[in-house]
Amino acid sequence: MSKVDRILDKYSARVYKNRKLHIIEKTEDNHEISANTRTIPGIMTNRGCCYAGCKGVVLGPIKDVAIITHGPIGCGFYSWGTRRNKARGDKHTKNFVEYCFSTDMQEPDIVFGGEKKLKQAIKEVVEIFDPDAIMICATCPVGLIGDDIHAVAAEAEKLYNRKVVAFSCEGYKGVSQSGGHHIANNGLMRHIIGTGDRVPTKYSINILGEYNIGGDAWEVERILKRIGYDIVVNIPGDSSIHEIENAHIAHLNLVQCHRSINYVADMLKDKYGTSWLKVNFIGVSSTVKSLRDIARYFNDPELTARTEEVIAEELAAIHDEMEYYKSKLKGKTAALFVGGSRSHHYQKLLKDFGVETIMAGYEFAHRDDYEGREVLPFIKEDADSKNIESLRIEKDERRYRLYLSEEQYEKLRKEIPLDYYEGMIKDMEKGTIIIDDMNHFETEEIIRILKPDIFFSGIKDKYVIQKAGILSRQLHSYDYSGPYAGFNGAVNFGRDVLMGLTTPAWGLVKAPWKNSPMIEGHLQEVV
Amino acid sequence: MRQVAIYGKGGIGKSTTTQNLTAGLGEMGKKVMVVGCDPKADSTRLLLGGLAQKTVLDTLREEGEDIELESIMKSGFAGIKCVESGGPEPGVGCAGRGIITSIGLLERLGAYETDLDYVFYDVLGDVVCGGFAMPIREGKAQEIYIVASGELMALYAANNICKGIRKYANTGGVRLGGIICNSRKVDGEKELIMAFAKELGTQMIHFVPRDNIVQRAEINKKTVIDYDPTAPQADEYRALARAIDGNDMFVIPKPMKQERLEQLMMEYGILDA
Repeated sequence: MSKVDRILDKYSARVYKNRKLHIIEKTEDNHEISANTRTIPGIMTNRGCCYAGCKGVVLGPIKDVAIITHGPIGCGFYSWGTRRNKARGDKHTKNFVEYCFSTDMQEPDIVFGGEKKLKQAIKEVVEIFDPDAIMICATCPVGLIGDDIHAVAAEAEKLYNRKVVAFSCEGYKGVSQSGGHHIANNGLMRHIIGTGDRVPTKYSINILGEYNIGGDAWEVERILKRIGYDIVVNIPGDSSIHEIENAHIAHLNLVQCHRSINYVADMLKDKYGTSWLKVNFIGVSSTVKSLRDIARYFNDPELTARTEEVIAEELAAIHDEMEYYKSKLKGKTAALFVGGSRSHHYQKLLKDFGVETIMAGYEFAHRDDYEGREVLPFIKEDADSKNIESLRIEKDERRYRLYLSEEQYEKLRKEIPLDYYEGMIKDMEKGTIIIDDMNHFETEEIIRILKPDIFFSGIKDKYVIQKAGILSRQLHSYDYSGPYAGFNGAVNFGRDVLMGLTTPAWGLVKAPWKNSPMIEGHLQEVV
Repeated sequence: MRQVAIYGKGGIGKSTTTQNLTAGLGEMGKKVMVVGCDPKADSTRLLLGGLAQKTVLDTLREEGEDIELESIMKSGFAGIKCVESGGPEPGVGCAGRGIITSIGLLERLGAYETDLDYVFYDVLGDVVCGGFAMPIREGKAQEIYIVASGELMALYAANNICKGIRKYANTGGVRLGGIICNSRKVDGEKELIMAFAKELGTQMIHFVPRDNIVQRAEINKKTVIDYDPTAPQADEYRALARAIDGNDMFVIPKPMKQERLEQLMMEYGILDA
């Protein structure tokens, strides 16, 4: 029986028919996988909701905006501080990332409508915190009872003379948190990006889809600034709303997490002509490649020389530690199950340490994240995806400009991933397993069948895996550690993984029922 | 205690019928409570002689959970206890959730623990969502009467309500007690309603003729029995009250398909014209 069949073996015919489209063993470069479809009811999925994707992921890291969760208290509470997206304020920029604002809807608000309470919450937020902007995120009941949060936002914007943007990201929309990313992208594009008037300098870039988990963005920015780039904004990790307002002026957008931010990247291209480059600052070799790709885009000998100089210095600084960790980690195997891009990015970092990825999967990615953007024209829209609005973007005639000539662009596209993402599958070895929307049952089957040394995942399954005696590290939150990005992050990652592997506490614990029987019985012959 | 819910198409005369028939039951010496489940809060106006009632939800909103039963329950004609659930103004919030909240509160306050013979729920419009189906869920109302007339839309709504009843019949034990015909004076109305009821597996429990005295009584904020006890229409409501009091035909209705409903209309000559 193939590995895939062994994973699927226990499923009923109906579930089998569905899941077999989401699980593949790589044999060639062009595999079709089913993704971004509804999870089968009753299956223990790791997915989140639309609100989680909008408020929790994309908007949450913006530091000087007060984000009000309009809904019962649980949605706000459980999306409070759980992503570890770090932010620092200063005397010009407020920082509300440590805070959580909620309207705390109660039964009477459901019956009589919650708009009044929302208006009151906005008033209080303005009076107490005086944020530069306010965002309102809807939870499920708000959509059910039909509170007009957009009208409240428009009214508050006039009343308090600052940006107030509402997001209809009710949890039930779409099949996973992915819908929420799209809604957040739309809101940023429609209301914020393009309203600033900063003037670009020589190498102005944006980083898109870097969330500053454990300080990742700070490490990436450190390197880019050393080379001499002018970072207009990193959306959204540790960003300010005023930086986002200027996102349209950059000469190039670097896309780290394709899944969650490709909408803004595409819309910036359509409206302002800015190209985007798929980068990966996770892993030493991929960071080096990304830096060289960016330098090629700007095609300036001075910048290229400076890039090589910085790369050489950074590599020298981490060389000994990298070699040490590599000597300890080489030959280990890993399984990865993360959101919509980390499962790809971390394979590169693991490879730097000689760790082989034997299985990788995404919670909420779409087919293009697996198979590459060339499949985009062939992805069938369904009722769930149509339910999330796609903005119609028109060219901004006044501000549209192309950095490269058409010839340069066409030539460069063949050399670097310009406005293109190849997806995860092409980068994986033959014989590896790819799983979309993996569930708890399949996690246990993977442990049983593939026996990886390390299973990278999140909080929902971490302890299931550890109790099976296998190291699990969280790639959503980094288990209170980080940064893992860039050069210094790679060293942190090597250290954390080695620490975990050399303290296999869970593997040493024997479950009581494995030593002595929990129930006893005796056989008796029945005459 | 019999818990009865009255459903029917909007504007068919549910509130008027409920109040007039409960007036009849009250006159018979029955202890009755009427719970209005309509955000407009006009289900007990005729029994109380005007909109004198503070609604459960308004009270809940203003005073919190610590409510005295007396502040939301008023006695009206023939000692009938009147409660209005109330709800949000049109276009905001969730009226269905409001009904769930207010019935829950009434139970916690002990409104049902007195020696009542009848509780009547007067429910807004069609069964539009879970909230409006509340009185027939969770074993609250055990018997339903649907107010209908010989018009297609009224029968269409009645048929839909039967679908709701059938859905909850197995879990909540709710049954259909019959169709009350509130006449619109359309041709062959009585025969049509009787055939319609038979097709559903139930009965036409009473045919209430159309009489302008109902409107005159309403203008005077009274039920017919209260306004003119000797009027023939008062006797009609008394007869309806007796029929319900003596009713022993409780069924799980068999709702029909749209085509069959239209066929039925044709048979009784309404669609000919």
